[in-house]
Amino acid sequence: MGETSINFAKASSAALQDQQLRGNFRRAMDGLMSKRAVQFADTAEWNGVRTLGASVRLRALSKLPELLEKLEANCTKNGIQVHWASTTDEANAIVLSIMQRVNAKLVVKGKSMVSEEMHLNAFLEKHGIESLESDLGEYIVQLDEAMPSHIIMPAIHMNTKQIAHLFKQKIKEAEYTEDVAQLTDLARRVLRKKFATADVGISGVNMAVAETGTLCLVENEGNGRMSTTVPPVHIAVMGLEKVVEKLEDVPPVISLLTRSATAQPITTYVNMISSPRKEGEKDGPNEIHLVILDNGRSGIYADEELRNTLRCIRCGACMNHCPVYTKVGGHAYQAPYPGPIGSILMPQVEGLEKRGELPHACTMCNACVEICPVKIPIVEIMGRLRSEAVHPGDAVKGAGSHASKAEAMVWKGWSMTYASPLAYQFATALLAKLGNAAPASLPLLKEWTNVRSKPRFASRTLHALAREKGIPDV
Amino acid sequence: MSESRNAILGKLRAGRDAHPLPPPESDFAVLRNKRWDGAERLERIKRMMEAVHTEFLETTEADWPTDVQAFLKAQGTRNLLFGPATEAGARLSAEWTASGMAGGPELIPYADRVETFKERLFDGIDAGITTTLGAIADTGSLIVWPTPEEPRLMSLVPHMHLALLRADALYDTFWQAMTENRWADGMPTNALLISGPSKTADIEQTLAYGVHGPKRLVVVIIR
Ligand code: SF4
Repeated sequence: MGETSINFAKASSAALQDQQLRGNFRRAMDGLMSKRAVQFADTAEWNGVRTLGASVRLRALSKLPELLEKLEANCTKNGIQVHWASTTDEANAIVLSIMQRVNAKLVVKGKSMVSEEMHLNAFLEKHGIESLESDLGEYIVQLDEAMPSHIIMPAIHMNTKQIAHLFKQKIKEAEYTEDVAQLTDLARRVLRKKFATADVGISGVNMAVAETGTLCLVENEGNGRMSTTVPPVHIAVMGLEKVVEKLEDVPPVISLLTRSATAQPITTYVNMISSPRKEGEKDGPNEIHLVILDNGRSGIYADEELRNTLRCIRCGACMNHCPVYTKVGGHAYQAPYPGPIGSILMPQVEGLEKRGELPHACTMCNACVEICPVKIPIVEIMGRLRSEAVHPGDAVKGAGSHASKAEAMVWKGWSMTYASPLAYQFATALLAKLGNAAPASLPLLKEWTNVRSKPRFASRTLHALAREKGIPDV
Repeated sequence: MSESRNAILGKLRAGRDAHPLPPPESDFAVLRNKRWDGAERLERIKRMMEAVHTEFLETTEADWPTDVQAFLKAQGTRNLLFGPATEAGARLSAEWTASGMAGGPELIPYADRVETFKERLFDGIDAGITTTLGAIADTGSLIVWPTPEEPRLMSLVPHMHLALLRADALYDTFWQAMTENRWADGMPTNALLISGPSKTADIEQTLAYGVHGPKRLVVVIIR
């Protein structure tokens, strides 16, 4: 992706015109919201497990460097090879070098947000390696040559008919059908061949346990288990914030994750991997590699307030409940992470020059904060990033890049006027006389009048009216 | 790549030390206090797992091999992958061919490295049977720890997975199962919770079973 700034406003207004898309999202999100509410109907339990989950994540962050060292030591002891990458380029290079050493031609991938962040598929293809998404949603999106539009349900923007056409068009042996069971079966047949013959399996990591050197993966389909068990080499990629201190920290986080994400008490599979195939074992990969990625996270971590972003367990509940996301869908954000969490994470990772618009894709309604299972103050961080976008600073890359001279002048004038009673009287009198004559096409006013009617000024000021009624002016 | 390692850890340490974050206490009471009594546990496990298309076969210590065989025969299952070196596997093979039990599906031992029979495993096996370490009432999950005798793919590749569950090996929560049994002292290569057959809702939120793993999960409850 280029360094140009991403245009959320344009993409979202296009999305709003698409009735099909809006319908697909609305239905899916409404269903998820009500099902999730049932999972957390017991308020005392929700409060208890949420407080516990938030404490697990905060405790992990409070000891982050030590826990990462411990994770590395325990993984290494278990036979898992640990790699560190400061940037996505470096992470891609690490993955490629492992593949080249084992002469890999075909890779099967489980769902992984970090690999989306790395644009790993495109990178591998450039180097002649076929990288196949094996999560059904990701597979659909890959066939469609599109991007995932939700972090949990990548193909949520499509309906069955659209997927049926896509399969017919892209899969050789496909007969046209709108029967979901048959479509699923077709994907099963295609992908099973690939699992059996792949040279390398790639996965993400939902949580890595420092205490035991264990990688935890939750999923419903079994493609994650396939990718991490059948090929002779398994490469796991994770953001450095994914570590937790103890094994006993895993159950509360999984409980919050699966219930918040898809309203399931638990996913079909909870997969805990602690070592490659041992002497005498008959299956499992002979090598496991863990790539720990920074990509700006250590910078986020340095800031007391922004570091809360790193608590996120990627459940997607904030997007399901966001009035903006549910209307425009995930593609409008043009980012691996859409919705509220994407709006605060992307500008921090990729810089405000490129992503400074995203914190504005928010009504500040607080729905995401109320739903977030680990209590991330998303809206506060959103406000902070809005102001960083227009004020020079050093916490976030590109701070001040969205400052506009005209806007700055207007605010300065506004504050001067409000600070001086005389200037204020003069300005309000002037607006009462001439305000209505100002054309709607005036800079700044234009942005407002694009979608709203022009404000009408009263012919007399409130102060004048008060004086007429005999209320003394102060 | 240790340059990156040191740079990353150095940055994290500097960031944290400049703005320390006191570690909060974690109160596990919400998990510690989740309890069901004996009979309720199994009922709950069945209810939760049935809700996600799991099937149950009730049997006894004395009869389970015969009952499993009769069940598979009735389903038209052609063969069953099993671990011959486990106690359950030894019993299965001893009783499978005993008089009066002939005619059941073919027993296929998982006795060699997967590389030797990958193709057959992916293409020609109907069912696999494994033991479990118990089940969890809170979420309706089986605890499965594959071993050299019962490899990982037995519960994943065959179209049907049969799991033996002893009715007295039940836990209230995942947290209790791992803390009571001190899992943290030694995790196996792979530990699993399995809560139903493989499934997906990626096509317009419509549930479909058996997308990659087993299409059917049959829990054999042994009392
Ligand atoms: S910010 Fe909170 S609600 Fe949103 S994905 Fe992360 S953990 Fe879930």
